[in-house]
Amino acid sequence: MRKISLVALALFGALLLYASSGLPGHGDPDGASHRQQSPAGSPVAAAHYIRHAQGDAASPNIVTVVLADYRGFDTLGETIVVLTAGLVCYLILRRSP
Amino acid sequence: MTSSSRNPILITASRLLAPFIQLFALYVIFHGHFGPGGGFQGGAMLAASILMLRLSVGAERSELKFRKSWGTPVGALGAMIFAGTGLLTLLLGGRFLEYHFLPLPDLSRAELHSAGILLIEVGVSLAVMAVLVTIYDDIMEGPGGN
Repeated sequence: MRKISLVALALFGALLLYASSGLPGHGDPDGASHRQQSPAGSPVAAAHYIRHAQGDAASPNIVTVVLADYRGFDTLGETIVVLTAGLVCYLILRRSP
Repeated sequence: MTSSSRNPILITASRLLAPFIQLFALYVIFHGHFGPGGGFQGGAMLAASILMLRLSVGAERSELKFRKSWGTPVGALGAMIFAGTGLLTLLLGGRFLEYHFLPLPDLSRAELHSAGILLIEVGVSLAVMAVLVTIYDDIMEGPGGN
């Protein structure tokens, strides 16, 4: 069993390495995620963010602008999830005085 | 941890390191516009510095930096800063989290968005730091703890 899992792991690793050779280069303007149109012909959202992030929020870090500005509501949800985890730990674990 | 098992090297090293970790965490939070970083990462680093003190100098003395009873209120305050920023823009005529309605003078539309991002990053970092510390404190105080 151990040998089988090792062989499966090695095969899967080789598959991942092979797949990574097909990825576009870092910052490649012709990469799939940087295209303005998807293969189906619809506009791709990423092109809009890349083009407008700096002008919209005066911040060169596109990731921050997407996280906190374009999708700020989503980040609010993430913060509430973290806070809820803390509150639940408080309610379950803290001894009553 | 009992006082007899305290190691002076650990105590000195962690007390020396903690302010620098907190300084770098503040850098990560406030430099999130220009490089890798932001509220979640900076908050985790702030929590790491406090947890390091909790582990090395003990709960009583590290409470001088961050009290056990502060965890839940500070976490709620962070989430309220975030939601309050959104509600403020809502009250001033914009949509939720539409930062260019923030009441800050002499800033262009893009700079207002930058300031709004900074506000919510501070809220996120406060919430993450307080929650991480409070989870540790709850586990140590809890039914199976000391």
